[in-house]
Amino acid sequence: MRVRSLFENRVLCGALGVAGLLCLLEAGGRTGVIDPLVFPLISGVVARAATFAIDPEFLADIAATLTAWAAGLLLATLIAVPAGLVLGTMPRVEAAVRPITEFLRPIPSIALVSLAALVFAERFNIKVSVAVYGSMWPILINTMYGLKDVDPVAKDTLRSFGFSPFDVLRRVSLPSTAPFIATGVRLASAIALILVISAELLAGGSSGIGTFVLEAGGSIDALEFIVAAALWAGVIGLLSNGLFVLLERRLFRWHRARTETT
Amino acid sequence: MIVLRRIGRLWLVPVVIVVWELATRALGDDSFPPPSTIAGRMREMWLTGPPSRLWINDSAIANIPPSVVRLLGGWLAAALAGVTLGLLLGRSALLSRLFEPIVHFLRAIPPPMLLSFFLALFAIGPEMQVATIIFGVIWPILINSADGARTIDRQHLDTALVFGLSRGQRLWRVILPSATPKIFAGLRVSLSLALILMVISELVGSTEGIGYQLLDARRSYDRPGVWATIVILGVLGFLLNSAFLAVERRVLSWHRTAKQTT
Amino acid sequence: MLEIHNLTHTYGTGPGAHEALGGVDLKVAEGELVCIVGPSGCGKSTLLRSIAGLLRPTGGEILFQGDPVERTPDNLAVVFQDYSRSLFPWMSVADNVALPLRRKGMDGRQRRQAALDALEQVDLAGAGGKYPWELSGGMQQRASIARAIAYRPTLMLMDEPFGSVDAQTREDLEDLVLRVRAKHGMTILLITHDIDESVYVGDRVIVLSKAPAKVVSDLRVQLPGPRDQITTREHPGFVQLRAEVGRLVRGRQGQAASTG
Repeated sequence: MRVRSLFENRVLCGALGVAGLLCLLEAGGRTGVIDPLVFPLISGVVARAATFAIDPEFLADIAATLTAWAAGLLLATLIAVPAGLVLGTMPRVEAAVRPITEFLRPIPSIALVSLAALVFAERFNIKVSVAVYGSMWPILINTMYGLKDVDPVAKDTLRSFGFSPFDVLRRVSLPSTAPFIATGVRLASAIALILVISAELLAGGSSGIGTFVLEAGGSIDALEFIVAAALWAGVIGLLSNGLFVLLERRLFRWHRARTETT
Repeated sequence: MIVLRRIGRLWLVPVVIVVWELATRALGDDSFPPPSTIAGRMREMWLTGPPSRLWINDSAIANIPPSVVRLLGGWLAAALAGVTLGLLLGRSALLSRLFEPIVHFLRAIPPPMLLSFFLALFAIGPEMQVATIIFGVIWPILINSADGARTIDRQHLDTALVFGLSRGQRLWRVILPSATPKIFAGLRVSLSLALILMVISELVGSTEGIGYQLLDARRSYDRPGVWATIVILGVLGFLLNSAFLAVERRVLSWHRTAKQTT
Repeated sequence: MLEIHNLTHTYGTGPGAHEALGGVDLKVAEGELVCIVGPSGCGKSTLLRSIAGLLRPTGGEILFQGDPVERTPDNLAVVFQDYSRSLFPWMSVADNVALPLRRKGMDGRQRRQAALDALEQVDLAGAGGKYPWELSGGMQQRASIARAIAYRPTLMLMDEPFGSVDAQTREDLEDLVLRVRAKHGMTILLITHDIDESVYVGDRVIVLSKAPAKVVSDLRVQLPGPRDQITTREHPGFVQLRAEVGRLVRGRQGQAASTG
């Protein structure tokens, strides 16, 4: 019964799962079941990852990646939210633009690295422009989707009291679309990170985790370097996602409280 | 009438192309060739073959099918593994508690980070590309399948139990169909991710494929060539997405209509 | 054929625990149609889920055809209240009806035939190829009754089967249950909160108390057959029994409220 309740604990089970996997990898590496040349000893990887935490060069690379990521995400939001609002409130415009967006959207954003590399001389601009293009879509689509979900009764109510269309947008449509936009931004943040790192890998340059991995590629314990850096990238991805979820919950709470009191 | 209306909806497309043509001619920047030049370059790259082969030339045959095969192969393998593992995690609370944190962590690693790793593991070639695609696209499928399998209506399961369906029948006839809407949502996200990963893996480690042609065009500063490859990638993405939607509409016809009527 | 001894069930533990069943005793003989009525939230569904083997009660014993119920027994079918969640929307109506028959060792054609026969008995002969969500609520509930008929159970459990259809459809479905019973002679246990319905359909009416549920009264319905929506409901015996059941359901509630 006690063992049973132990397995009901979410955090404990998660830790157990992680520990189990680490032990398995380590045992596999030590006994030679997993060739260390194929997958480096996990203890070595973790130790290496720990040294990264105080390695100024690595930290500078992370800072460079995150700066480009944040700039790209911010720009994408600034472009996609207004665009989504326009397309979501004007069905005629949306119908006209749709064939074009439907063609542009599936273009793999990564292909644009090559184009951006020809257009921009500055590496930072390459990263940011590619991240903007790729992360724009989920925000745009979520904004439009959220606007479709707005309660028509609420809009009609305001309109019947003589509010202008702009007021309706500001007081009803925008607040009730906000949670959808937030979800779009969270999805976009993961894509932006992927694209920034890909751009660093493909277009070279002097800073960023992608570049860091690229440079490590030549060394003897390259695999250990790569996997350790990937661990950090995973941590960053988890943290940013968690941050957005937290932010969304806050937004939602504000949103819910507001709709409840009015 | 319907055809006319369909065509009517596309009116903005020629307008955009004409404006684009005029603007790029006026601009005269090599980085932004006019669409007519891009179209000409596309013809040169892929459509110089004999009419009996629909003008498709050897270069198109050598590059486009291998890319598509790797993309679909990786995606299908990821779908198979992702759905299987996802159903497992979704139906077993213990497994989900043990492994879900690991899954979320692995998903958070931007797949390009592991490009160098797979490159070291498999050397340049299709294995490395398919491995990159599988690793990159399996997570949305896995997580959505687990979510779909977890949130099955209890009454559906009760009905299955009462009428004595075996474990296998419950899985095939109840759990899997009930989870398909979520599984398909994951598959769709994964398909566009697979295209991105196909390109990036070919840009890094390949001697053929659309991504390789893109790299080739960029290296030789063939700007219309870069644009042409991006356009063909857009067409490919559009086709894949349309095909997927058509399949989804068929498979999930019950879902959309069922939701509408209740 | 069904015996329930001192059945108890408590959800959860500690101060938040909810005692749903407080010692239910019940015997159902072969071929009977027994209605169970009680105030809403009294644990009727807990009782049904225990009999169907979907829930393991915390105390007491259920014997079905002499064997204790440990998992869902064979030869038992359930018609749930919420038909839209009980029929599978991804299968046609005929496939829904035929699905459980795989267990009976029939081949595909036999299953199909059995499903069409059952659908015909509930007046849904033409609807086999349709999907459940293309049918009205009453038709969907007919389809789930057809599924139960095709399964040929010895005991059919019905959990507020007509709770979410309109009054006219409800009367039609009540008569359908009476017809099915007359044709197949199966034992039926029908749970309802509608007092009229329990008296109209049942051979016996079991009145449960408010949670924790206990059997308050076990009344035999003696009305001239065949039953008919107009004449039966006018019969003095019906009117009197309905009043008695009503008093038992409400009275018990009032008493519980005043004492507790």
